[in-house]
Amino acid sequence: MPFDPHPLPHQIVIESDLGAARGVEDLILREAERVGFSAECAFAVRLALEEAVVNAHKHGNRCDPTKHITVSYEILPHRLVVRVRDEGPGFDPRLVPDCTAPDRLSLPNGRGVMLMRAYLDDVCYNETGNEVQLVKERC
Amino acid sequence: MTEPQANLSVRQQGAVCIVEFQDRKILEELAINQIGEQLSEIVESATAPRLLLDFKNVEHLSSAALGMLITLSKQLTERQGKLALANIHPQIFEVFKITRLNKLFNIQDTTEDAIDALR
Repeated sequence: MPFDPHPLPHQIVIESDLGAARGVEDLILREAERVGFSAECAFAVRLALEEAVVNAHKHGNRCDPTKHITVSYEILPHRLVVRVRDEGPGFDPRLVPDCTAPDRLSLPNGRGVMLMRAYLDDVCYNETGNEVQLVKERC
Repeated sequence: MTEPQANLSVRQQGAVCIVEFQDRKILEELAINQIGEQLSEIVESATAPRLLLDFKNVEHLSSAALGMLITLSKQLTERQGKLALANIHPQIFEVFKITRLNKLFNIQDTTEDAIDALR
């Protein structure tokens, strides 16, 4: 599923702060469970959302509390779409090295994007590379 | 905002130090840093430490938590110590498998198996 530039029905703008971001994660998780997403599915969404907001805060906004994270989402009974945007310059996700390569396996970081891809049905980025779109079909 | 406290239960069984995570989620960066510091202190305070991490209560963890475990593992190796992980929920074990960290860590089904592996 390509990055869809159309706005999603819900949007929350927060300061670049992981505590605030976790509140948004909780809100999305509650709504997903309310429409019938299973515990297994919620686990995947929680993990991917956590990685996305941490990436936005640390790598995108460089932990600058004056910057913002924009989370927009749509939760349908069969599908959840969440976008997480930061105010950084963006990056090229194709250049993220394979964290499972033998020479990188013992490095302590660089696994976030891989985990998002492993647990979701689709992960894609806008052209700038400062907004990630996460898609999870209900399971 | 109150700083999250790393919630660990620590006990010694013979030569093995058993650390049980009390929290269901190991996500918060501050909490992960605190856990890392506490575990680091345990490692630094022993010669050839044997450390067993019990994950029975843990239902969620992030890549930052994996990073903390890798750093801890290196620290243990430097001190001729050993690390084993036990009681990992299937969903969490899947995270280790996907990232292939199940090859890097000594992961055992039960606490008893892990104690044996650390002997």
